[in-house]
Amino acid sequence: MDYHFKILRFDPLKDEKPYFQDFFSRPKEMDSTLEAIMEIRDKQDPSLSFRYSCREAVCGACAMVINGNITLACKTTVKSLNSHQIVVEPLPNLEIQKDLIVNMDPFYKTMESIDPFLQPNGPLPEKGFRIDEKQMDKIFQFVTCLWCGCCYAACPVVSRDERYIGPAALAKLYRFVKDPRDGRDSAFWTKINNPGGIWGCDTVFRCNEVCPKDVRPADGIIGLRKKLIVEKTKNLFKRKS
Amino acid sequence: MDCHDILIIGGGLAGLSAALKISSDLKVAVISKVHPLRSHSVAAQGGINAALGNNPDGKDDSWEKHTCDTIKGSDFLADQDAVEMMCKTAIPVLYELDGLGAPFSRFPDGSIAQRPFGGAGFPRTCYAADRTGMILLHTLFEQCIKKGIAFYNEWLVTNLIIHEGQCVGVVVYDIASGKTHSIKAKAVIFTTGGYGRVYLRSTNAFINLGSGIGMAYRAGIPLKDMEFVQFHPTSLFGKNILITEGARGEGGYLLNNKGRRFMEDYAPSSMELAPRDIIARAIQTEINKGNGIEDKYVHLDLRHLGRKKIEKRLPGIQEICIYFAGFDPVEKVIPIQPAQHYSMGGIDVDEFCASLVKGFFAAGECACVSVHGANRLGGNSLLDAVVFGKISGESASNFVEGGGGKIAGDNILFAEAKRWEQKINDLMRKDSGENVYDLLYQLKDIMSIKAGIFRIKADLTDALSQIALLREKFKKAFISGNCFRYCQEFVTISEFDSMLDIAEVIVFGALKREETRGSHYRLDFQKRDDTSWLKHTLVNWSEKGPKVSFKDVKIGKYKPVERKY
Repeated sequence: MDYHFKILRFDPLKDEKPYFQDFFSRPKEMDSTLEAIMEIRDKQDPSLSFRYSCREAVCGACAMVINGNITLACKTTVKSLNSHQIVVEPLPNLEIQKDLIVNMDPFYKTMESIDPFLQPNGPLPEKGFRIDEKQMDKIFQFVTCLWCGCCYAACPVVSRDERYIGPAALAKLYRFVKDPRDGRDSAFWTKINNPGGIWGCDTVFRCNEVCPKDVRPADGIIGLRKKLIVEKTKNLFKRKS
Repeated sequence: MDCHDILIIGGGLAGLSAALKISSDLKVAVISKVHPLRSHSVAAQGGINAALGNNPDGKDDSWEKHTCDTIKGSDFLADQDAVEMMCKTAIPVLYELDGLGAPFSRFPDGSIAQRPFGGAGFPRTCYAADRTGMILLHTLFEQCIKKGIAFYNEWLVTNLIIHEGQCVGVVVYDIASGKTHSIKAKAVIFTTGGYGRVYLRSTNAFINLGSGIGMAYRAGIPLKDMEFVQFHPTSLFGKNILITEGARGEGGYLLNNKGRRFMEDYAPSSMELAPRDIIARAIQTEINKGNGIEDKYVHLDLRHLGRKKIEKRLPGIQEICIYFAGFDPVEKVIPIQPAQHYSMGGIDVDEFCASLVKGFFAAGECACVSVHGANRLGGNSLLDAVVFGKISGESASNFVEGGGGKIAGDNILFAEAKRWEQKINDLMRKDSGENVYDLLYQLKDIMSIKAGIFRIKADLTDALSQIALLREKFKKAFISGNCFRYCQEFVTISEFDSMLDIAEVIVFGALKREETRGSHYRLDFQKRDDTSWLKHTLVNWSEKGPKVSFKDVKIGKYKPVERKY
């Protein structure tokens, strides 16, 4: 039986508004949605635009909305959708550039704004760092973030409050704060100790739900909140004594 | 016109390593057809080799032993001075990466964890679970943000501009706007990656069409050892997604349809940890003999490793099996088959990543130094990308700072861009013709059937004539989409030209080399022949077709002996 794909099309230079185009095709059972729309592009309409690269859920290029779910098209098999109608749309919270391609720059800027690089707490030991395995395990959850933007697109706070930097950036920051090799100046707290930072999160966990790599960004946000409270309390005691 | 001191083409591991090495006084930019984090380096899983000796079983390891293993793995075709340098540098490079924040897995004593890998005498492959490429690419990208490197993403370089024997810039197609223009540069570094998608079954990302290699070839730079194509033994059946060698490093077994560990018959002492060329051939032989399952694949069994080890050391593999095949490797065996994985050959450069054209450098998979010879060892490609990425950055810096760079007149660059625009307009004017995707599938078929793991003269000759036919058909290709913005069809058309060249050079080299060495197995010449063939193949472009010449291998203290595992 044919699958009915409804794919959102929009070229802001030509079209007044986005519209859905219907395609019919017969993907193989284990084909991913990415493979299915590639086949549609190759055989039916080469002008259809979308991003992709690795096709194995490690590069983060093909984030989109499939039957209402924000996810990577490559890791969503057609079969797993349990429906013969498949609606494909671009990520929300970001501007459409063409068809399924959105402008990711606002998202990338939030990632860059938290200084996402190690700031070592001293000179590099000659024979490398010695780090407790368990401490490293704590950051592994967060280092698998692909910068795909799924959580940013799903976040209700991002959609209503332009100050909020979003889940991925905060989770990334937490990854460095928890890295035993990092010794960043505590000044970074002032940047995020506000509604545009850690206090903006509604804790509705949409980010955790949609993350294709199970990073659970909200864990990072909550982790930062806890750490900030601990630091503040410490200072309180210091002042008293 | 935009003018840079150095342009780096490709934002993978080699490109970012180069960018970080270039002096901050120089104006540098990285041009990539995708956002750098979507580069194929991200898919490397198992690890990166360095003789750190952290593993209790690796206390006696040394960079000399790493060198020796790499040369033996290469079937003695690697240049020994370059291998020595790479393996020696590996140790400080690993500590440097750790210092930049790369989250490597750890041993209980806190040192960087190391696992056994194919063809290696000691467990020397450093890893971050099975996501090593991903964490390294992200770490270096983070450092590029820190350094403020300029990136031009979703720009496809279409031509290398050579003027009076010197590289002076590139022509780029801006995928977002569909506009073409030229950029001047005193030096250009290609870190454009491999061509895996020339083959039907490949572990490579969909974007690996390989046009960088083709552009250098058309610009008059020879390609070296292109007949050496690595087939990875273990790709997920059907999807051909990579299942890391680390899975065998952690103790996984290869089983045929009788449930037997067949590697016993092919590499009795190394078993599943023999080099990739040997295992890939063994698997294909088993399948051909009727010992495969459904005559198509064999099994990789991880079940005896247990849930805990799989979840900790191979979480990515578990994820791949669950999402892409619908089962958990803790409970079921993984169906695997060999698939194209890596190119040992590439743009001919020396150990400083310099080519014979002044101002043009190359590093990483697109280049051939050669450190991998006829067969690359697992864990050496990330190493190659980082080490030679850095060297290419250093060489290009020295070249520009030493006054070697030339700035060409605007007219020369305009003319190149115009020529390209003309080509696009010609394509646009046609309203019927060949669909480039059809042609691409035909090319993949030819390469997989005729120039795969086992090769023979009749097939290779036939492949050459079929590629020639495709080239004729390609002249009739047209753009059906009638839109330049984010036009993947145009990207594919512009890269397909190069893919035809690359395929032709692979087959041509394979036909010329009448011996068996490393990944290149000739059914009609089943022995290695050091008297006639201990040499690099060089292929130059000419109007009349590829022209072959040869270059000596740099042999040092490791004399060629028979390879036994």
